[in-house]
Amino acid sequence: MSTLRKSAVWIALLLVLTFGLMGCGSDNSETKDADKMKVGFVFVGPAGDHGWSYTHDQGRKYLESKIPDVKATVVESVSDNDAEKVITQLVEDGNKIIFTTSFGFMDPTISVAEKYPDVTFMHCSGFKTADNASNYFGRIYQARYLSGLIAGKMTETNVIGYVAAFPIPEVVRGINAFTLGVREVNPNAVVKVVWTNTWLNPPQEKDAAKSLLEQDADVIAQHQDSPGPLQAAEEKGVYSIGYNSDMSKFAPKGYLTSPVWNWGPYYVNVVNAVKEGTWTNEPYWGTMADNVVDLAPMSSLVPEDVKKLVEDKKQKISAGEWDVFTGPVKDQQGNIKVPAGQKMTDEEMLGFDWFVEGVDGTIPKN
Amino acid sequence: MSISLITAVLAAAITAGTPILYASLGELITERAGILNLGVEGMMLVGAVTGFMVTVQTGNHWLGFCAGMFFGGLVALIHAILTVTLRANQVVSGLALTMFGTGFSGYLGQKMIGIPLESPFRAFNLLGLGKIPFIGTVFFQQDALVYLSYLLVPLCWYFLFRTNAGLNLRAVGEHPGAADAAGLNVALLRYLAVFVGGVLSGAGGAYLSLAYSPSWVQNMTAGRGWIAVALVIFAMWNPLKAIVGAYLFGGIEALGFRLQAVGITISPFFLKMLPYLFTIFVLVLVTSGRNAGAPAALGLPYEREER
Repeated sequence: MSTLRKSAVWIALLLVLTFGLMGCGSDNSETKDADKMKVGFVFVGPAGDHGWSYTHDQGRKYLESKIPDVKATVVESVSDNDAEKVITQLVEDGNKIIFTTSFGFMDPTISVAEKYPDVTFMHCSGFKTADNASNYFGRIYQARYLSGLIAGKMTETNVIGYVAAFPIPEVVRGINAFTLGVREVNPNAVVKVVWTNTWLNPPQEKDAAKSLLEQDADVIAQHQDSPGPLQAAEEKGVYSIGYNSDMSKFAPKGYLTSPVWNWGPYYVNVVNAVKEGTWTNEPYWGTMADNVVDLAPMSSLVPEDVKKLVEDKKQKISAGEWDVFTGPVKDQQGNIKVPAGQKMTDEEMLGFDWFVEGVDGTIPKN
Repeated sequence: MSISLITAVLAAAITAGTPILYASLGELITERAGILNLGVEGMMLVGAVTGFMVTVQTGNHWLGFCAGMFFGGLVALIHAILTVTLRANQVVSGLALTMFGTGFSGYLGQKMIGIPLESPFRAFNLLGLGKIPFIGTVFFQQDALVYLSYLLVPLCWYFLFRTNAGLNLRAVGEHPGAADAAGLNVALLRYLAVFVGGVLSGAGGAYLSLAYSPSWVQNMTAGRGWIAVALVIFAMWNPLKAIVGAYLFGGIEALGFRLQAVGITISPFFLKMLPYLFTIFVLVLVTSGRNAGAPAALGLPYEREER
């Protein structure tokens, strides 16, 4: 019995080892350059997720290519609970600027910032600042508005499906901007909204999209990083709009475009500002003019006249002549919320808790 | 609710229920042999990622599905060695397996994220049955793996309750001492049951990454493994009840979005809670009677000397 047990232990160990070795062979080409400026990045997901974290990693790559004496360190798939430890570790390792790119990292970032006044901290998508910490984000709603113009032109059933993530102002703002775009070119169209309460769960997001398709939607837009909604649309043979990065490969037959992020130039600016001592903790909400947000190249399904329309609007937004939430903007009940000629303030936009006219759905109050 | 909405909900319930069904059939067989394996979530994830990787490499989704099953079974063997041969605590080992599977699948799948699958399992009309109104739309416009699961359920039931091998397996789960005395190889049968459990969990995982939403995402099972474990109790260790439960639990998931789409909002958190609530309810109901159907030796290690 004891020999049997011993051999069993060995087999168990071997099995575990085999599994451990199967994934090995990653490229650890770490070079120690003492005089390089060290910059740390903390991501909530894997850098290769082709979604949110991926867009930041592309920015990191751009930064390294533009400023060669920057040495960037990336920590991926960090949970909110581990963030404080990870950020502290990055500081202890000598990183002088730290970018934390998930809403849940806000408090950990500020709390570490207070302990290390010599290091600059940049938190993405939050609202808190400290003497050496600020926050940054982009007005992706501008790109969503443009994608709404396309959806409004392409729909034949006048029903557009929107697979929404969590009922928070950022998502609501996106839906509203998208709907204003749709209604600008097609006042009869409605945008149906279904909430998944997920950021990334492809099976559920696909099913949510299916439920919209069953309600006659013939264009599907989404807020998640997921390929799910695009796949559902593709299977039914209707149009889809992605998010975060070019997602055409998931829906080659129906993909129209995606609102996308482009962090690289901004990261270069921040690093240069810190180097030159011109950095301030002024929060940054980047615009289309800065290129932080953009629309991915429109696919060949989008007719030339629609492309032209989108380009014209993009010009106006980039030039600062016009912005999405310029009155008159009505709510779902038809009440005027933003009078003609007036613009919503940033504060109002950051606290969005109502839908504009044309949205078919409710914001759950949890 | 209109008839088209009901059809849509039921068809979606089957798709959503299928991964849970595969995994819970596996767990059911494992538990029938007296071994509790809480590693379903981990085995599903390993099945999902390996199935996806092999399909990407070979372009053949059946090969991928087999790989998912094989690796699911292989991971389960760790549990078998720990609990059958080494007689470790089954709960601890199972939980460890889930954690291991979660981390390991994420690690393996790093390069697989964001890759589309050229040849996923696609829905097709089975033998023209899909043209039957209502029933056809619900049951026979699915993919091959759903049809396979239709066959698997009666097969499992027949095996467990109508064959000698099934009887032996159940004997090992009810009274391993007596089974041993009757000349059955308790350890071997338990190993096999755990392996088959892993194979079917792997199949459930591969269903997610190859058919349901063809892609790989870290943690894509999102708790379905736990629902599968709960479902075994809900089904009172009977495959025929498991299929009902799987579609019921799948239906809850499918219903939430459809209700939203027609303007009825129920908190998604409430819906997510329901499968577990049902399970507790059934557990209370059946244990207040005499026999819940749980194998008597479930969770207990067997050692001949201790007889």
